Amino acid sequence: MNGQTFLSALKSQFNGEQLEFAGEATLLIQREQLLEAASKIREMGFERLSDITAVDYFPEENPRFHLVYQFTSLANRATLGLRVPVPGTKPSVTTIETVYPNANWREREVYDMFGIDFAGHSDLRRILMPHDWEGHPLRKDYPLGYEEPQFSFNFDEIDVRKPYAKE
Amino acid sequence: MAQIEEANLDGMAHLVTKRAIKGETMILNMGPQHPSTHGVLRLLLELDGETVINCIPDVGFLHTGIEKNMESKTYQKAEVMTDRLDYMNNTGNNLVYCLAVEKLVDLDVPVRAQAIRVIIAELQRLASHLVWLGTSALDVAAMSTFLYCFREREMILDILESCSGQRMMTTYFRPGGLWRDVPAEFEDAVREVLKVMPKRIDEYESLLTKNPLFIDRTVGIGKISGERALAWGLTGACLRGSGVAHDYRKFAPYSGYEQYDFDVPIETAGDVYARYLVRIHEMRQALRIIEQALNKLPMGPVRSNNHKFVPPPRSEIGTSMEALIHHFKLWTEGFDAPRGSVYVAVESPRGELGVYLEGDGGPKPYRVHWRTPSWDNLQVLPVLSKGCLVADLVAIIGSVDIVLGDVDR
Repeated sequence: MNGQTFLSALKSQFNGEQLEFAGEATLLIQREQLLEAASKIREMGFERLSDITAVDYFPEENPRFHLVYQFTSLANRATLGLRVPVPGTKPSVTTIETVYPNANWREREVYDMFGIDFAGHSDLRRILMPHDWEGHPLRKDYPLGYEEPQFSFNFDEIDVRKPYAKE
Repeated sequence: MAQIEEANLDGMAHLVTKRAIKGETMILNMGPQHPSTHGVLRLLLELDGETVINCIPDVGFLHTGIEKNMESKTYQKAEVMTDRLDYMNNTGNNLVYCLAVEKLVDLDVPVRAQAIRVIIAELQRLASHLVWLGTSALDVAAMSTFLYCFREREMILDILESCSGQRMMTTYFRPGGLWRDVPAEFEDAVREVLKVMPKRIDEYESLLTKNPLFIDRTVGIGKISGERALAWGLTGACLRGSGVAHDYRKFAPYSGYEQYDFDVPIETAGDVYARYLVRIHEMRQALRIIEQALNKLPMGPVRSNNHKFVPPPRSEIGTSMEALIHHFKLWTEGFDAPRGSVYVAVESPRGELGVYLEGDGGPKPYRVHWRTPSWDNLQVLPVLSKGCLVADLVAIIGSVDIVLGDVDR
């Protein structure tokens, strides 16, 4: 259950920074090295990409996002976490779809929710939100949205603003 | 009234073959309201006659923004949303979320609570597999199985109701243990399930396993090799049906699964029939685990007594000032979790259900991400369905056992 040995090997090769929390070791590398690191991880026997997600650290700008990857190796019985910082202006990294095919949808989800561009991706469209949606919902500067409570005294006033089909 | 624009398909032209652009093949819309897509899944099919050339899944119809919503709630309150993800595996979602919170704040869970969690999670696995068996058999026109499966599922939901007050949206597991101990009738009710189910599973098998009509519809359909299944990130019965024995309960045991003796059933064919067999065997293994856990169910508390994270019992609140303060603080402010992130995964009925949870030192999660098994299992649908008939596609969708609440979140 420990990717420690693999992590040390990767750390020296990619000059990464090792983060430790609650017994989980994660490697932080620069985004230019992502594809190379993913191929290396695949070679080391991590045959599965479990997860890709992102975290938005708004109002930080550089880096604003962290991409978080989770890899699993059945043969070595190990898991490995990888973090990649991405700046807020023109956020972009290389796709790892060529190494792990199931990155396709996971990268589309991150693109949809955070607006991070994956260069070289074969089909980078929105996946969960409608294709003409504006904004990226999981960014921290994107409002959660709310519904105004309607009571008898202000029913008509709020009804005017309510976004549903009228006549 | 907004102007209705004509759909522009240029952005999707790369998804279909050149023959589709010339009009030689047909593009057909299947869903989002279609009885065999198991929810609101829309598939764009490129068809040559009845043969599927290409299948383009379109998801997101059930997207409810659970990840975003959870960021605005305290750790305890956010748990209520987890039931709504995979609505066939409510307690399993609770379990992985609680494990993640417990890992984040370093909270211990009493052994009795762990054993009850295992029993309930395995009961839920049975219930989920029963729904899958009923509906996917219905897809290939075996009507009666559906009725039997839902009869047995009702027994399990009654147990969940007696424990938590709810049939489905239980929120029964809480960070640090359970909401409350199981009721007195719990053991008898579970024993009844253990007594009845083996015979009932044999009954389902007698309806399907050697049924020539069922075999015709499932054997050799939707094949995938073990290597490709791994590369495509498949988990659960879809992966084990292709001969890879990967199960999170063995890979990284949680909640004391290492104490129980059970097998990870695998099949090597990688087709719809193999996935069917794997799930049938898994139901038997779930019964084995439940029996062992029930036989040595330890006595003791079901909630951690660390009242910085777990509310004190109701009886203490009237007599202890400290308990009252803890209660008040927990339900008005919640508890603070340290700055850091964890990734915890469990074996849900569908595969690896993971949660990425990041704390920022405050009482609300900074980021929650759900790694849901249905997402990858659905992504592989175009690979599985290439060259099959539309009728087979229906069997394949049934066999990957997707829950759209789990896909779209």
